[in-house]
Amino acid sequence: MIEREQVLHVARLARLLLSDEEVERMREELSGILDHIEKIGELDLDGVDPTSHVIALENVLRPDEPRPSLAREAALSMAPQPGDTGFGVPSPGS
Amino acid sequence: MSSVADRAYEPVIGLEIHVQLSTRTKMFCGCALSFGEEPNTRTCPVCLGHPGTLPVVNAEAVHYGLMIGLALDCELAPRSIFHRKNYFYPDLPKGYQVSQYDIPLAAGGRLGDVRIHRVHLEEDAAKLVHSGASGRIHGAEGSVVDFNRGGTPLVEIVSEPDIRSASEAAEWLRLLRATLRRIGVSDVNMEEGSLRCDANVSIRPAGEATLGTKAELKNMNSFRFIERGIEAEIARQEAIVRAGESVVQETLHFDPASGALTPLRSKEEAHDYRYFPEPDLVPVAPTEAMVGRAREALPELPAARAARFERELGLSSDTARLLSFRGELGDYYEEALGAARADGGADPTALASWVTVELVPRLPDGDPSASRVRPDALARLVSMVGAKRVSGSAAKEVLTAMAEDGGDPEAIVAERGLAMTDSADLGAVVDQALAANAAAVAQYRAGKEKALGAIVGAVMRETKGRADGGAVRELILERLSQ
Amino acid sequence: MSELLDLTAAQTAASLRAGEVSTDELFDHSRARAANDDLGAFLWVAEDAPPPVSAQAPLAGVPLAVKDIFCAEGVPSTSGSRILEGYRPAYTATVVERLAAAGAPMVGKTNMDEFAMGSSNENSAYGPVRNPWDRERVPGGSSGGSAAAVAAGIAPWAIGTDTGGSIRQPASLCGLVGLKPTYGSVSRYGMIAFASSLDQAGPITRDVTDAALLFRHMVGRDPCDSTSLDHPEEIELPQADRLDGLRFGVPPELSGEGIEPGVLTVLKDVLGRVEHLGGTVNETRLPHSPHGLSAYYVLAPAEASANLARYDGVRYGLRAGNGDLLSMYEHTRAEGFGDEVKRRIMLGTYALSSGYYDAYYGRAQRVRTKIVADFASAFESCDFVITPTSPSVAFRIGERTGDPLAMYLSDYCAVPASLAGLPAISIPGGLSEGLPVGIQLVGPAFSENRLLQAAHALEGAIAFPTGPPPT
Repeated sequence: MIEREQVLHVARLARLLLSDEEVERMREELSGILDHIEKIGELDLDGVDPTSHVIALENVLRPDEPRPSLAREAALSMAPQPGDTGFGVPSPGS
Repeated sequence: MSSVADRAYEPVIGLEIHVQLSTRTKMFCGCALSFGEEPNTRTCPVCLGHPGTLPVVNAEAVHYGLMIGLALDCELAPRSIFHRKNYFYPDLPKGYQVSQYDIPLAAGGRLGDVRIHRVHLEEDAAKLVHSGASGRIHGAEGSVVDFNRGGTPLVEIVSEPDIRSASEAAEWLRLLRATLRRIGVSDVNMEEGSLRCDANVSIRPAGEATLGTKAELKNMNSFRFIERGIEAEIARQEAIVRAGESVVQETLHFDPASGALTPLRSKEEAHDYRYFPEPDLVPVAPTEAMVGRAREALPELPAARAARFERELGLSSDTARLLSFRGELGDYYEEALGAARADGGADPTALASWVTVELVPRLPDGDPSASRVRPDALARLVSMVGAKRVSGSAAKEVLTAMAEDGGDPEAIVAERGLAMTDSADLGAVVDQALAANAAAVAQYRAGKEKALGAIVGAVMRETKGRADGGAVRELILERLSQ
Repeated sequence: MSELLDLTAAQTAASLRAGEVSTDELFDHSRARAANDDLGAFLWVAEDAPPPVSAQAPLAGVPLAVKDIFCAEGVPSTSGSRILEGYRPAYTATVVERLAAAGAPMVGKTNMDEFAMGSSNENSAYGPVRNPWDRERVPGGSSGGSAAAVAAGIAPWAIGTDTGGSIRQPASLCGLVGLKPTYGSVSRYGMIAFASSLDQAGPITRDVTDAALLFRHMVGRDPCDSTSLDHPEEIELPQADRLDGLRFGVPPELSGEGIEPGVLTVLKDVLGRVEHLGGTVNETRLPHSPHGLSAYYVLAPAEASANLARYDGVRYGLRAGNGDLLSMYEHTRAEGFGDEVKRRIMLGTYALSSGYYDAYYGRAQRVRTKIVADFASAFESCDFVITPTSPSVAFRIGERTGDPLAMYLSDYCAVPASLAGLPAISIPGGLSEGLPVGIQLVGPAFSENRLLQAAHALEGAIAFPTGPPPT
């Protein structure tokens, strides 16, 4: 069973606000899933390389040629808080 | 046993440098790089981190990265990969920065006396503009994000902690900047942020091998600030240790106005960047062709050039470094030297001194390649001085005229009547001066050697500086010994 | 007209070419049915007819239902999430663009589990989707809307995405064909990412021919996706009706414990047909496949935890909070994400966090290596691996929502091929309790042509009806 503190720590890392009830539920559910997952701990995986990609591609590179950028109005049009020139956000540390 | 208070401490300094590459487009998308454009006019769905978008690596950024790796004498990784560095900040559109982690592009190099730990590629963050005119949000203090800079290709260069003083740090950074400028991969402008330097500073009792706890200094955006910041940090740590306390690991922000170091606000939770391999990108495995192309693109590097100037041309170490670390000076100098050799004249040392001591201060931007003084013209002027066809002081007048209006030194000398007085005329002038300064002659004969200066001065006045001081002196001594 | 929508897409294309119906009529009809759909299959339906498509275009103007995970310029694209409510992309996904260019205009965006996380479509922020075979049951997920739309005859075909079974499992539960292609063969550009090293788009269709036809126009390297590559073969329309000389390997690990008896009965029946068509059936071990689910539930959430970090309330989508930066992040994401998405973000963040990386993420990547190796060695002695697609038939809405682990087990048979990046197709094998049971064929990388040929031969022998389910 993972600790409540761990749940809170991970939630903070992931920037998820959880209610007390959610923290408790998450604790139980994650513990159940992790118990299942931990079976891979029993496998002998010494000397086995990790797989990040299943495709054997290398050096997929793009020529350094400019492409049109979005018009500013278009870039800002989806913003929850568009300013005249940029994306409004609360100041860090505010 | 000595007390902590009087023990000698040795600073241990390593630098972390971020260099914006001067590619045409961003690291992972086709947006052109921004040079002070209106905010948010250099963005696209990719660099804004829109859903469904994917990064594609800029080939030129890899090429520049390989050039830097080779220039810093590193081993290139046969297969390097990108990682995601995860954290939340408004200037980071995807919630992670694509960077390199355990297998950087290049590692294990050296520049000058300092070893290079690693060189890796990554993307720059955007710019967070704090509560400017357009940052006011319903009367509340807010910030505005400008994503123009977001995604600019960066190379991070990390040195080993081989530096032992603030001045060494600044000097080494000058060499690094000169090297990067020379290979043409970046504007390396500290004020504009295309070269950014952080320093890891610790101190340890002199002679010990273990490293002390380090502090990381950020935001030192000029060479002066780097020296001042590191000096202040060394002093701060020494004071802590001498007071019997211990240095804590922290990040400090240098305030150039006050010279003070203030700890950056500690984050809500310890950093846990959760690095993992970027699944949207495939490895960079430099082929022989890629490495060959990077190697061929490298010009002679500043350190090698300085050594060559000393070895082959007999320049002093300071002059050789000045000419090499400012590549445009070295280029101009070598062009002038070539012209001089073709003419069969001009001493390399004298020419170097004319470039660095005389020409550069006469130019508004200090860049001779942009001046009206052609390298071959300077070479001829210096040859004329060497051949005693014009005096040193007259040549300086000629150079001033050339810096203002260009032109040939021979023509200016002729036009202004600055040619060296020939020896027959000079003899007559010396005789006159001896006659007119009988008192000084008497003093000299009485053993007061200084009195000679008055006679030389009289001759120089009479010839309006067109005589060679040494020749005048010789002639006077000759007359007086008769 | 309504009979037209009971045809397969290839049959519809033939009617269009023959001039029996016009592309506009067909589009309008499909659009009207989508707009009146009461299964919850659509999140958006096209208002305007697309620019006219020639009946001579390769896909002849046959309308396409598109999973809401694909971005389309100016069209709401939410990936089933409240955090993207109202978001209209400034660009179009490569696959959608290619299919439109080939003559398959988008008729609507289909419902899905939020960010493709789910096996029942119950995790959509916009409500569940009902299975046309039994409206009290789920259509599977995460491409549940696409499967329901095709099964109900609203659209002749659809595209979905599959990360750990999200095309194959709903195809199985709705009596359809679903192809998850070899990883990299279809561009992911414009597909809202769930787990980047696993996500792959593919067709959901009424028969194998349609799957081949649609897939043919989806494949190919895209300069916008570094992990995409050209398929080494032209995709052919399958003609095979025999399986002579083909070896089918049955892994005991994926066809025994945990599989419903009715599903195993259908598998047994299909294996009989394999032999009847000239193929051979043998046991083939995939010893690490029982650990596939564990590895998958580390790797996919880990990648997702980073892929979903961009939903922060700054540039698009929902913003909440009380005015300070931390609360903007925490409230936006708390209000914008549903329970399952939060659960997976938590799981993935935990698996990558300092001190746990090696035990979870690192080990899962090594299990993945073993699973890749298991398949490689299996394909030394067989041409295809054959398993049930899903351990069960469609379950009742609400039946598994309280037990995440039980829900995850729906993907038990589908996940190993995802981890290995291999092509896998699900075709209807028969009925159990009156509900469709899908059979999965897995082949080596880029073996889609052979996979489609084998599936076509089997499909002919099984003769599962391609029209809408009996009502």
